[in-house]
Amino acid sequence: MPRWLALLDGPQTLGSGRAFWFVFALIVLVAALLPTFVNAFAVTNLTYFLVWVFMALGLSLIWGYAGILSFGQTAFFGLAGYTYGVISINLGDAGLWTWFALLMSLVLPAVLAVVIGYFMFYGGVRDVFVGIVTLSITLVFETFMAQTAGPEWTIGSARLNGFNGMSNMPPLTFPWGENPIIFDGPSFFWLVLGLVVLVYAGLRILVNSRFGNVLVAIRENPERAEMLGYNVRLYQLFVFVIGSVLAGMSGVLYTLWGYYITPSSMGLTAAALPIVWVAAGGRKDITATLLATVLLTWLSQQLAVKGSQYALIWMGVILLVVVLFAPEGLFVTVWKKLADRRRLRQVTTARKTVSLPSA
Amino acid sequence: MAAILQTRGLKKYFGGLRAINGVDLAIDEGELRCLIGPNGAGKSTLFKLILGSYRPSEGAILFKGEDITKLQPHLRVQRGMSIKFQVPGIFLELPVEQNLRIALQRVHRGAALDEALERLLELINLGHQRNELAASLSHGQQQWLEIAMAVALQPAALLLDEPTAGMSHEETYKTGELVKKLNASGMTIVVIEHDMAFVRQIAKRVTVLHFGEVFDDGSLDDIVRNEDVVRIYLGKV
Repeated sequence: MPRWLALLDGPQTLGSGRAFWFVFALIVLVAALLPTFVNAFAVTNLTYFLVWVFMALGLSLIWGYAGILSFGQTAFFGLAGYTYGVISINLGDAGLWTWFALLMSLVLPAVLAVVIGYFMFYGGVRDVFVGIVTLSITLVFETFMAQTAGPEWTIGSARLNGFNGMSNMPPLTFPWGENPIIFDGPSFFWLVLGLVVLVYAGLRILVNSRFGNVLVAIRENPERAEMLGYNVRLYQLFVFVIGSVLAGMSGVLYTLWGYYITPSSMGLTAAALPIVWVAAGGRKDITATLLATVLLTWLSQQLAVKGSQYALIWMGVILLVVVLFAPEGLFVTVWKKLADRRRLRQVTTARKTVSLPSA
Repeated sequence: MAAILQTRGLKKYFGGLRAINGVDLAIDEGELRCLIGPNGAGKSTLFKLILGSYRPSEGAILFKGEDITKLQPHLRVQRGMSIKFQVPGIFLELPVEQNLRIALQRVHRGAALDEALERLLELINLGHQRNELAASLSHGQQQWLEIAMAVALQPAALLLDEPTAGMSHEETYKTGELVKKLNASGMTIVVIEHDMAFVRQIAKRVTVLHFGEVFDDGSLDDIVRNEDVVRIYLGKV
């Protein structure tokens, strides 16, 4: 096995070995086959749960692994969504233009993250203040976009449309002779699922690499990391950019999912939800984050169907309960408890084996 | 021998407090120097100036002949300095082994890293606790772990700020032997220490700081004979 592939398992990720990857492959396989069993509505729903995973994984990387609590990842989410809208509405779905729009929707958040990150990390902004700065930025974005209802707010042929949001952008389209491939319904679900698998595996390799070692070192003790010769601010900036591009990926996929993007996607509620998902599952592990995000977006939706106000209250309750009783996150805590019990049993068995001859 | 580490007219003011008030220090390559002085003499501040945690108000710092006064801390470390802080600065929530790996990966890769890891674990006698969280170690063991991390970088100059604080007599003695061994291998070492038995065990040359200035400098025997030093510092012990 090549060395980089071996990094799929390592000290910074829970779960390893054949059994883990067998279950993982099984889940992916079942998920991939779902569109052949369930109806179109269910496929659309499944896609929706997966769309948010990227932003959550990015936040887990920034917050859980590198110790920087960003409260405003939705700024990058919204920026990506609007970027896709503006570019694709202007350039249309001919050729590879929708893919160009997708690419730019990831490039712009990266550029924004470099600028914001540079001023934060090189300007000595730390701890809770990173959260305040990033939250302010996303709220400024929301406020700005909400007042673009007038006809003067147009970029090319794309109306920004204020708080009603932008809609009717074309789907991802791949030219294929007479019948171009349009990524919609099941094909869009497979695209998103594939991206989830790729990003998840890529992040596992990243956090278990030397780079990931330095990230957790910075989280644990930035001064020590610096005194081991690591350029702490550069690492922080880099990880912030990766996390923000992932937030952008969620934003553009969300836009492609529903063919609309609104300012409220950058509002306070939207900004708080990723924090709940990541904290509830376990911010220091991407698998826990992935599971919690899918589970909680599903739960939110179930609750919303029964009365939209209560869904958010329940998310708040879940966050409170987790912070009070399992501060490391639900899945991480359960996993560690099980691992401890298994180790304890092994020790006990070993002792019994040793004491047998004398008995 | 040429000085590997030098400070020239180094000053650091905190508001009206002159923490370091014109220190000229020259550490020769391969030297083992002890810095002593009463609390608040500026010893730790001096280390922080040398490593770049603080910017000096005046003066210059030279390392291997290069003026590093304005260099960022991580670049100073990359040029061959390494420090063990006064309060153990380790990665508490990570296993012992990973603490060392994070330090070692700066200078090693692959199999060489694994070998160096085993050597370090043996050096600090933590092989059997390699998978435990650093937070679960005793205070003395945490000190050793941090020394090992500082040593892992294979620095040209190692700065130890109170390496034996909180250690038993036996642990202190072992630390002294470790420091001597490292120095014998060619590493330049500067130690801040309060424990005079430890200073006697390791040091050939001692510098006394008082009110941010070099008060006396010489062999430990000379220092002990200076009545003023005894009055400001040793007499209290």
